[in-house]
Parts: sequence; C-alpha cells; structure tokens
Amino acid sequence: MNLISYIVRRLLLMIPMIIGITIALFVVTRIVPVNPLAVILTEKSMDNPASVKAATEKWGLDKSLPEQYFIYLKNLVQGDMGISFKTKNPVTKDIITFLPATIELGIASFIFAILLGLPLGIFAALRAGKFIDHFSRVFALLGASMPPFWSGLLMLFLFYYKLGVLPGPGRVDARIGPPTHATGLFLFDSLLAGDMPAFWSSLSHLILPAIILGWFTLALMARITRSSLIEVLQQDYIRTARAKGLRESAVVVKHALQNALIPMVTIMGLAFAGLMTGAIMTETIFAWPGIGRYAVEASVNLDYPALMGTTLVIAILYMFMNLIVDVLYAVIDPRIREA
Amino acid sequence: MAQSDNIASLKIQKSDAPWKRRVKSLLRNPMAMFGVGIIIFWILVAFLAPVIAPKGPLEQNIGDRMQPPSSQYWFGTDELGRDVFSRVVYGARISLPIGLIVIVFAMIFGCFIGATAGYFGGVYDLLIMRLADITMSFPSIVLALAIAAVLGPSLTNALIAMILVWWPEYARLMRGQVLSVRNNEYVAAAVLLGASQSRILFRHILPNTFGPILVKASLDAGSAILNIAALSFIGLGAVPPTAEWGAMISTGRYKFYNWWMTTFPGLAILSVVLGFNFFGDGVRDAFDPRTNKS
Repeated sequence: MNLISYIVRRLLLMIPMIIGITIALFVVTRIVPVNPLAVILTEKSMDNPASVKAATEKWGLDKSLPEQYFIYLKNLVQGDMGISFKTKNPVTKDIITFLPATIELGIASFIFAILLGLPLGIFAALRAGKFIDHFSRVFALLGASMPPFWSGLLMLFLFYYKLGVLPGPGRVDARIGPPTHATGLFLFDSLLAGDMPAFWSSLSHLILPAIILGWFTLALMARITRSSLIEVLQQDYIRTARAKGLRESAVVVKHALQNALIPMVTIMGLAFAGLMTGAIMTETIFAWPGIGRYAVEASVNLDYPALMGTTLVIAILYMFMNLIVDVLYAVIDPRIREA
Repeated sequence: MAQSDNIASLKIQKSDAPWKRRVKSLLRNPMAMFGVGIIIFWILVAFLAPVIAPKGPLEQNIGDRMQPPSSQYWFGTDELGRDVFSRVVYGARISLPIGLIVIVFAMIFGCFIGATAGYFGGVYDLLIMRLADITMSFPSIVLALAIAAVLGPSLTNALIAMILVWWPEYARLMRGQVLSVRNNEYVAAAVLLGASQSRILFRHILPNTFGPILVKASLDAGSAILNIAALSFIGLGAVPPTAEWGAMISTGRYKFYNWWMTTFPGLAILSVVLGFNFFGDGVRDAFDPRTNKS
C-alpha cells in the first residue's frame, strides 16, 4: 500500500518534468532557427504556398509563441510529432519502427555486461590486490576511456574483415532477410516463426555491437560489485558465518553476495544512461537501424521533427528507467518510501 | 628541556594544512602520477607540434594516398595523402584545450549559479534547480546532439552544447555544498561582524566548498574530451579538414580496412582519456579517506 502511494506520487511528479522537457525542446528548436517554417517543412515544400499555408494553420505559426507551444503540446498528446524530412513518415511511426532494434541491442549488451561483469567483480573482490583485481581495474578503465565509435571499428576490422568469423554491419544477413514481423525483436520473432536461419543470422550480427555497447556497463558493474562485496565481507555476520564452519563458497554466495548486490540497483539508472549514449555511437558504426542512429541522422540532416521526437522519447524513457530503479530500491529498502 | 622540544615539534606538525596532505597523498599515488605523466606528454606534444610533425596537418600529397605505415609515414597516410602522424600530433592542439575549456566553463558557470541559488534561496533557487532537473533528465550526449545540431556544425558550437549540458551537475553539487557550509558558526560570525553578502559568499563560504568540485572536475575531464570527439565523429563538431581525432576517425570509418587511418587517432584519444581518468581517480582517493584504503 505504502509502495503504491510512493509510485503514484513519483508518477505525478513526472508530469511537470515532462512538460518542462517539452518547453526546453520547444525553446531550443523554435527560437534558435530564424524561420519557424524551416522546423516543420523541407526547403522544397517551403516554396509551395499551399503546404506553407497548411503548416502555418496546423502549427499556428501566425500566433504568439505561447499559443504555438500549446498547439505543439496538443498535437503531441495526440501522438503527432510531425513528419520526418528524411523518411517522409510520421515521426511517431518511425520511432515505433526503430525502437525495437535498440531495445534488442540494449538487452543483449546488458546480459553480456552482467554475465561478465559480476564474476569479474566477485573474483576481484575475493582476490583483492592480486592479478585478477588489477586486470579487472585496467579492463574497467579501458571500458570507460575507449571511444565506442573507435573500438567498434577495430572489432569490425579484426573479426569481420581480417578473420571473417563474424558478420559486418546490419541486423541480419540481407540474403536471409528479417523474420516475419511480430515484435520487431528479431531473435524473438525468428523463434516465434520457427525461422532458424534468421535467428542465427540475427544472433551473430548482435555479438559485436552488444560487446562494444556492453563494455561500459560491464566496467561499471565489475567495479561496484567489487567495492560493495569487499565492504560486506568485513561485516560481523560474515565472520559469524565463517566461525560456524560454513564453506567459503556458501559464505560468499549465500551471505555476502545477496547483500552486496543491493547497491547494484542504484547504478542501473547510470548504466541505462551509458547504454543510451553508447547506443548512439554503436548504432552508427554498425549501421544498426535503431533509435540512436535515427537521432544521429536527424541531427546531422537537421530533420527537426525527428530530432525533437527522438530527444523527447529518449528523455521520457530515461525518466521511466530512473523511476523503475527508485521503485526497486524502495522495495529493497523501506526507509526510502518514508522520505 | 626535552619536553619543551617535543611541544615545539608538535606545533610545527600542526601547521600541515589539509590540502597539503592531499597533494602529498596524490603525489604518492603511482597510478595518478602515471596519468599526470600521460597528460604532460600530450601537453608537450601540443606545444612542440611544429617541431615533432614532419609535415603540416593539412599538407596533401595525392601521389601517396592511403599508404600503410612505413619509415617515411610512421602512421601511414589518409585518402588525400596527408601524413596521419602529423595530423595526430596537431590534433593534440584541439582535443586537450577543448576538453579543458568545457570542464572549466561548465564548472565556473555551474558553480556560480549553484552557489547563488543555495545562498539566496527562494524563487530564484526553485527556478534554477528545476531548470537543472530538466537538463539532467536527458542523457547528456542526446541533448548535446540536439543543441549542436540546431546551432550548426562547428567546434565552437559543440563546445557551447557541452557546456550547456554539463553545468547543472556542478550547480547541484555546489548548491548542496553551500547549503551545508552556510550554517556554520563562522558564517554567522561574519554576518554579525557586518560583512556584506558577496563578501560572505566569496570569502567565507566558497573557499570551503571547492574540494568535491575539484574532484568532480578531474573525474569529468576525460569524458569531456571523449564526448567532444564523439560529436566530431558524428559530424557536429570539428569539420573537415581540421586535424581533430574524432573527425579523423569519422573520415576513416568507411575505409576501415585501412586500419591505420582510424587506429592511431583512436589510440591518441584513448591515451589522453585514460591519463585524465587515472589522475581523476587519484584526486578522488586523495580527497576521500574512505576509498584511500581499498
């Protein structure tokens, strides 16, 4: 009950934040360019009086700025974010098309980060000061210092061009083609359709981008796991567990690890932000048709409707992610709910 | 006699200020000093670029296009026959200052706003902090991308975009610091002595808040350089033919089989960022006694 009211309160607090975000985006994209029409129409259709008139009426460009903002907001609430200059599709439709690719890549890289980051952090904590600890520290620092757009190119050069063991850019082999559309997550869709060639092709295409994207998260997880496990292992109840003759593996797994993982929840928000930042670079390098690449193309081509739309959607996703993190934390630690 | 000697020596020890202790602990940290070494190396490269580089950064030699590394071209040549080694060397003159400018300006701007918000409070504080919340509700590169795109592709605009995205982190930190310091007795004493508001803020409060700010700035320097390189890579920062590392990787990406075109500028970014990260970790350890031991 208490938890539900906490969630409701947090959701209500998000409304003014989202309104603030739309104002910020509106200000950035409407006030900076000289001609507001340039934000809605392509250069070509600006020569066409009919489309200029239609756009002026739809977006209320002959009205005052506050009025224009409310019209923008009204259209937004109805799911209308304008037409992309580049793809000529409604931005909402484009985002729905591109989002699953990013979600699939994000989940894959998160799984990679957990599968490698947790054991690396645990071993670094248990052998603090030894080789594995130093190795994990250097590995983590490399992850935080390496430009993903560069490491991605190196991986492509090595595994695709030189060794030929992994496929190049893209989501699936063009000769095989994507699986029948259900969710847009190719791995899931291909299994659903029983299309095994598409499944293996999508899986092999996922490996390199997931590694590049997951490296930063991996580094974060390994370091947090290490430091919080070291702290927990010094607690009295661990000494008690050891003193009563428990095997070391039981002490670590049953007693220490469960408590050491609590701080992991708090870094999920940070990890998600890292994932989104990395997705922009990784998707560009690997020609991955996700929302990150869409955002980059929109900004390079000055495709204003697409730029505003993707930025808004990413910001809202980010807020929800932070909300989920906070709720998880409130579930684990009841004191948060009271505050 | 012996006793008074002891007391004298005690007095001398007491004069060791906290910041002195921190600098000493930083100087004793081999990882941090390794980082400083890398940074000094690149600063020297930037200053001595005309001496070190055998060719100009924009000097073309079409006859020698896309040559792999050799004794003549240590890092090979690019699609216009420019010497990659010379371009990497000259690139230090862009990435280093740009990264530092972003951090310094975001820090000054953010600290000023955060300090005044924390000190004066009220509606001003409320508005500033909501603006900070909104800015921070975007993953920073996403907002920087949008701002840089709207302003138009150039290194200056990328710089402005990064500062606009980064100031709230400093403002928030600074505001918290000011709020915790302003309730100290010595601030009340200054008020009673009739000191002016600006004197209290700048002479009594601010000098006691800089520790965490400096730690954050040194931890952030690496990612500032990384993000500027990323914007240039996308095409919203330095534009061709500028010898900027991110832009160099960008032109080399469609010819990634010519590995030297991307590998060497990438290694340059990696080493600089690594240097700043080593140094930042060291500064944090020196200021936070809890992480000192582990």
